[in-house]
Amino acid sequence: MLRYIVRRILWMIPVLLFISIVTFALSHAVPGGPFDREKKLPPEVVANLEKYYGLDKPLYQQYLNYIGNIVTKFDFGPSMRQRGRTVNEIFAAHLPISAQLGVLALLVALIIGIPLGIVAALKQNTFWDYLGMGVAVFGVSVPNIVLGPLLIWIFALALGWFPVAGWGKPSQMVLPAIALGLGSSAIIGRLTRASMLQVIREDYIRTARSKGLTERIIMVRHALKNAFIPVATVLGPMFAALTTGTFVVEQIFAIPGMGKYFITSVTNRDYAVVMGTTLLYAVFLVIANLVVDITYAFLDPRIRYT
Amino acid sequence: MTVQERAASRLAVREQRETNLWADAFRRLIRNRAALVGGLIVLGLILTAIFAPQLAPMHYAEGDSYNAQTVPSWLVPFLPIKNIQSYAKINNNFIFGSDELGRDILSRIIYGTRVSLPVGFMGALTALIIGLVYGCISGYYGGKVDNIMMRIVDIMYAFPTMLLIILLMAFFKSTFAQVQEPGTIAYTFNQINKVVDRFLGLQGGGMLFIFMGIGLTAWMGMARLARGQILSLKEKEFIEAAHTVGAGDLRIIVRHILPNILGPCIVAETLAIPGYINYEVFLSFIGLGVDAPTPSWGSMISEGSRSIRSYPHMILFPALALSITMFAFNFLGDGLRDALDPRMRGTS
Repeated sequence: MLRYIVRRILWMIPVLLFISIVTFALSHAVPGGPFDREKKLPPEVVANLEKYYGLDKPLYQQYLNYIGNIVTKFDFGPSMRQRGRTVNEIFAAHLPISAQLGVLALLVALIIGIPLGIVAALKQNTFWDYLGMGVAVFGVSVPNIVLGPLLIWIFALALGWFPVAGWGKPSQMVLPAIALGLGSSAIIGRLTRASMLQVIREDYIRTARSKGLTERIIMVRHALKNAFIPVATVLGPMFAALTTGTFVVEQIFAIPGMGKYFITSVTNRDYAVVMGTTLLYAVFLVIANLVVDITYAFLDPRIRYT
Repeated sequence: MTVQERAASRLAVREQRETNLWADAFRRLIRNRAALVGGLIVLGLILTAIFAPQLAPMHYAEGDSYNAQTVPSWLVPFLPIKNIQSYAKINNNFIFGSDELGRDILSRIIYGTRVSLPVGFMGALTALIIGLVYGCISGYYGGKVDNIMMRIVDIMYAFPTMLLIILLMAFFKSTFAQVQEPGTIAYTFNQINKVVDRFLGLQGGGMLFIFMGIGLTAWMGMARLARGQILSLKEKEFIEAAHTVGAGDLRIIVRHILPNILGPCIVAETLAIPGYINYEVFLSFIGLGVDAPTPSWGSMISEGSRSIRSYPHMILFPALALSITMFAFNFLGDGLRDALDPRMRGTS
């Protein structure tokens, strides 16, 4: 097991290097630069700025410097658009907010999705099944771009239970967490239902029944644990996507998270921020996937890693 | 007639009917009420897109600031803000109200179908074509070819899709969308884009670039699906039989393999259409989608969400239109899946 984990961690290095190279190449392939303005800067000023940020050097050298600074000093470089701000500072200021929102949204997704899927599977083709899957179709069909305003409309403007926007107080976190989590809960609900339906027809469930175990123990200890495997698989990418910042929900609820940097950095050609946000997401993704793969072994004793 | 006789006669009738896969699937599809409603809504949306000039009461891009953000009187009791009459203009010329430039929201929603539907269908079509070709080659030839082609897909998967699509859109916008010298590749793309926009009847939407951005990032799942299907199919006896009678690779793929894997692939792409529509909405929301003044539901929702506190009517109808469309495609896709393969009923 330990050897497996070490090998997987070592594998992350080439993956992350590859992603960083592609992102670096792509972001520099987009025409324009970080110092383009509506009103053009004098060429001498641009030349000086480019010299200051090392943009006058050949691309491969810029890349090597960038990676070198990360490895030796954990320095993700300066933002070229927000003068005097480093990418590390941007992470420190905005990542905790996005992560907080993302974890809350993931909780919403799990708390709604898993019971929904289980009930729908155990009471297949009854009212509860149809209700559960109706909620799931709603979650899939109403994107957060609509759900956010809908929640504001009902719970903030009409009923006045929650504030319209902002971040910090617990009451401000409820609506964005639901807006972000409900779509994921629909995916989790559908997946849980499908995999529960498959698992409860397995031989070992029949064996457990014939041993005379109570239905509850069979479901919780035997069925649910195995049914959770496909759910765990989607949780990895879901975790990475939710916690590193989501532009739409943060924009609608005026939350100062990471989400907007993913987009403004590209439109502003703020190279260091593009690289930083992408690498951040990639690191979250590979680590989350590793954790998921490790939990497989706990969920299903037949899965072993060597 | 006894019960048995009646059953026998019913069976006879059933046998007379044509029973090929697609006719059978179609019958199952229209018996599924949710799928039928979904299909009818999709049909209605397609008709709306085709007859948009006849249906829209006003021009989608024209308005004057005197009529900005008017609210229709029938809507006032439903709005969550009680004192909206005290500051907003009430004007019944606009059935769904008007936006911040005084343009008719209803007309913009109607023309918005000319953005959302083509994006959904073209996204599905591009993904289907690229994915099928790629997956067929990879799965059919197997071995080293398969290994290399699938590793490329794996790498593409590891890349955050949203970032890729944003980078691509930024690239297209700054390279191709500008006016170019004739003879260059960028010029050619620009001209094709103009043809696409003219075909859709939109003033400079930049639709081709959205098709390309979505198509280039959406084919990997289809490639994997097609490859998996072919791997299990190519060992079957009838493929072997085709080999023995001397059929070439191309003929085997096109005549014997493709018809057998097309069903699941079409289902997967139908279920992916809401996702593509959502991509365009997202791109327009962040300002990298269609160019103004082309009406996109995404840019309308973006404008509406900015003024939701004072003019909540602006976001209501585009959001509703988007949700209904997504519901319709999801129901239709689910129904299509159940109809083509009843064993898959209820799985994700």
